[in-house]
Amino acid sequence: MLQRLVNTSNAMSPSVPLQEMIRAIRSARTQCEERGVIQRECAAIRAQFRQADNGGRSHNLAKLLYVHMLGYPAHFGQMECVRMIASPRYSEKRVGYLGAMMLLDEKQDASLLITNSIKNDLSHSNQYVQSLALCTLACMGSAEMCRDLAPEIDRLLRASNSYIKKKAALCAVHIVRKVHELGELFAPAARSLLAEKNHGVLHGAVVLITELCERNPETLERFRKTVPDLVQIMKGLVISGYSPEHDVAGVSDPFLQVRILRLLRILGRNNEAASDAMNDLLAQVATNTDSTKTVGNAVLYETVLTVLDIKSESGLRVLAVNILGRFLLNNDRNIRYIAMTSLQRIVGTDHNAVQRHRGTIVDCLKDQDASVKRRALELSLALVSATNIRSMMKELLLFLSSCPLELRSQAASGIFNAAERYAPSQRWHIDTILHVLTTAGGDVRDETVPNLIQLITNTSELHCYTVHKLYRALLSDISQQSLVQVACWCIGEYGDLLLRGECQETEPVQVTEDDVLDALETVLQSHMSAPATRGFALTATMKLSTRITDNVDRIRSIVSIYGSCIDVELQQRAVEYNALFKKYDHMRAAVLERMPVIEKNSPGHTNGESTREAVKEVQPAKVKQAETLLPQQPANQVCDLLDLLGGSEEPLQSNPAVGSTVPVLPISTSSTAGGDLLDLLGGLEPTPLTPAPTVTVYEKSGVTLTLSSEKQSDSGLTVTLTASNSTDSDISSFTLQAAVPKSVQLHMKAPSGDSLPARGAAKVTQMVVLSNPNKVNLKMRIRISYTSQGSAFQDTVQVDSFPEH
Amino acid sequence: MMRFLLLFSRQGKLRLQKWFTPIPEREKKKIIRDMTTMVLARQPRSCNFLHWKDLKIIYKRYASLYFCLAIENQENELLALEVIHRYVELLDKYFGNVCELDIIFNFEKAYFILDEFLLGGEIQETSKQIVNRCIESSDMLQEYYCEGETDFPGTWRKYHGGVYEQTCILTCGLKGIEITAGEEYRSRMYCI
Repeated sequence: MLQRLVNTSNAMSPSVPLQEMIRAIRSARTQCEERGVIQRECAAIRAQFRQADNGGRSHNLAKLLYVHMLGYPAHFGQMECVRMIASPRYSEKRVGYLGAMMLLDEKQDASLLITNSIKNDLSHSNQYVQSLALCTLACMGSAEMCRDLAPEIDRLLRASNSYIKKKAALCAVHIVRKVHELGELFAPAARSLLAEKNHGVLHGAVVLITELCERNPETLERFRKTVPDLVQIMKGLVISGYSPEHDVAGVSDPFLQVRILRLLRILGRNNEAASDAMNDLLAQVATNTDSTKTVGNAVLYETVLTVLDIKSESGLRVLAVNILGRFLLNNDRNIRYIAMTSLQRIVGTDHNAVQRHRGTIVDCLKDQDASVKRRALELSLALVSATNIRSMMKELLLFLSSCPLELRSQAASGIFNAAERYAPSQRWHIDTILHVLTTAGGDVRDETVPNLIQLITNTSELHCYTVHKLYRALLSDISQQSLVQVACWCIGEYGDLLLRGECQETEPVQVTEDDVLDALETVLQSHMSAPATRGFALTATMKLSTRITDNVDRIRSIVSIYGSCIDVELQQRAVEYNALFKKYDHMRAAVLERMPVIEKNSPGHTNGESTREAVKEVQPAKVKQAETLLPQQPANQVCDLLDLLGGSEEPLQSNPAVGSTVPVLPISTSSTAGGDLLDLLGGLEPTPLTPAPTVTVYEKSGVTLTLSSEKQSDSGLTVTLTASNSTDSDISSFTLQAAVPKSVQLHMKAPSGDSLPARGAAKVTQMVVLSNPNKVNLKMRIRISYTSQGSAFQDTVQVDSFPEH
Repeated sequence: MMRFLLLFSRQGKLRLQKWFTPIPEREKKKIIRDMTTMVLARQPRSCNFLHWKDLKIIYKRYASLYFCLAIENQENELLALEVIHRYVELLDKYFGNVCELDIIFNFEKAYFILDEFLLGGEIQETSKQIVNRCIESSDMLQEYYCEGETDFPGTWRKYHGGVYEQTCILTCGLKGIEITAGEEYRSRMYCI
């Protein structure tokens, strides 16, 4: 017996039956063979479970657990676990508890059955049995179990040996996570544990206090008093000499140090006194910790995080940022990565400090590792400012051309945002966007195309330059859809500038009308073009009919060919353009004339400048109506067109057709675009009769205005204003303006028209969408203006209550 | 806190799984698939940190095994690397030059060691030596009672008090050997 103990190696003897089974499974050559072996074994195990106690129970359960780890079902072992846990034999308890942790979870009914065993084992005379119970409770204790056993855990926290105390502390942490109210129960015990010398217990105590403080601000206040004690403990760890028990590469118990630093961070946050108390200590840790190994850097990292989060003095902050700067230059990729993560967190507050390291960060863009690249990209984008925009953009564009696919769209949108905010000149801005489109056109967001078009229309002096550049880009590559779409639109709009052949900003190209039409036709016919792109190209071709002189017939033939295209959208457009050629040729020039400058961010950008004024009176609507970049005149013309086109043409009767006759931006075929167009033509489509109550809000001089409202959502309301004229003379230029209280958002849709014929022959309706997130008292002031019998009239009415639905 | 720890081979075969929060079986399988795919796809000499959902994944390869630890966002990644390393050291001390086969054939021991080092998603014991001693003592307890003894010497605890003595008694006091004769064993049984 003595002999045996002397010769015992570290590992105890293995379970032979288990090992045999593992060997058998591993020697199976195919998946099928393995399944066979496992099925046989499971059958044997099941049979054994049903038998009475035969001394091999722990081996059987261990085998089952192995099978479970391979991914096979093992639920029939759950009851066996429960039985084994209740066994008096330590070997069986051990495997039983392991099985419980692996096979049971708090949702299973069987887990309730072990509550009693755990309760008994918690007060077992042998500490290893107690430890099993504590471990299982901390791993899978349900809320009921936790409530049941909390007093027991509290008792163990106070009166037991350190081995049990440290486990009880972490059990308490689990209990608090499950049942928050029990935090109060453990607070006193946690406080007293800080006086322990044993590192395991100290560590558990610090984790428990951290958990209590994070959950309850009052507890946090009470534990602030422990800051001096914690500082003392840390000092002991940092200054003390070599301790073989806890040393890791020259750092004494880094795990405990990091935990204490984290607790100090929580206690010092937003509190001057506590932050002062730990200032010296943090400086000491920051300067004394050896940073050659990962473990030292782990402690330094935590120190830096703490310094940056509490109310530290500026000298200490500078020290912390410098440590991060050193990390950036470290050879170890991990360190560079976490340095950038930390710098990202403070780039808002300590912007200048981080700017100093911009060079290194930009270099990290070229790192091989994808995680590092991602961090470097985010940080670089955050560091772009008006002063460094040109150099940063150069780097970012370089990065874009070689970056991994998953980062491309993030990089592209980041570049766009930066360009928009800090562009030093319009030309630079356009150039940058074009560069991005050429490099990564496929990864940009949908709204880039309308945004770019809007930008181009705004820079009228560069129209010539832009169209030349885009034409050249189109000639070289038609695969990038966004680029092609913008190019087609520009050529359609400014084709005359292209053909004129003179340009100040760039080398002009000698382009003939045929060349331009060739380019557009290539896009139309290419299999690489998306349907939306072909739409752009077709419309551009059509627009050119008013800008070129010789080849109008060619355009006519193109348009008529596409009248029988399979793509419905293209066919529709072609048929309508055909109609424009044939029947409405006299209007063609007006319809296809140059578009006016599109205003950005104008929510009510429909006809009527008055509407825009009204919008300025209130908070501007946040939504960037990028899809419906409709200028004013064509909309007016729409109404005229509609009156003309009445019910004659087949395809033009249906509403989407009506929308398409407007030579507006052929936007990408998103349904919202179509929907917005429909909204534009407001009252013309058969709006569903809202059974909402209507109220007459204004009645004077024969003009009546009624209001009905419909609740769309909790804070949204759609108001419909209907005007009618009961006088004997027609009213024209009838417009409504609306104003609402500051916090309410207003969006005016287009009115159905602006003329009210006499004797109520027709009405004008206007929809207004209101959004009232702050639920303030909703009021609306409406200004009515119109012309009647040659003189202008204006009146204002206030609506204080809305008929709710 | 730590959310889970997975050990898997280069072929993606799972060798150990420890979950620190309750997760349904189906989701565990999905997480295992995600982890193995993500980690095995990484280039050598790349950063050891990944992002997955709202967790940070710290992984490290030791010989043919990948250790994959998921931690919450506020945890220290560099320390997580140290945690993985510490566990490997504990395994190494226990098995003596540990290799994957040791963990395959003695998986339950790997779990027991882990349960002495981590508990409820937090570090339980920061000293290597203490963890080793606890494992040894538990093993001896199990070993000793393999021979059919059904009862723990609860009564002896009162007799001698103290954990130190208790451990001595467990292994040599039962058969009537006096405590003094256990001198040479005293040097092997350390106070906990």
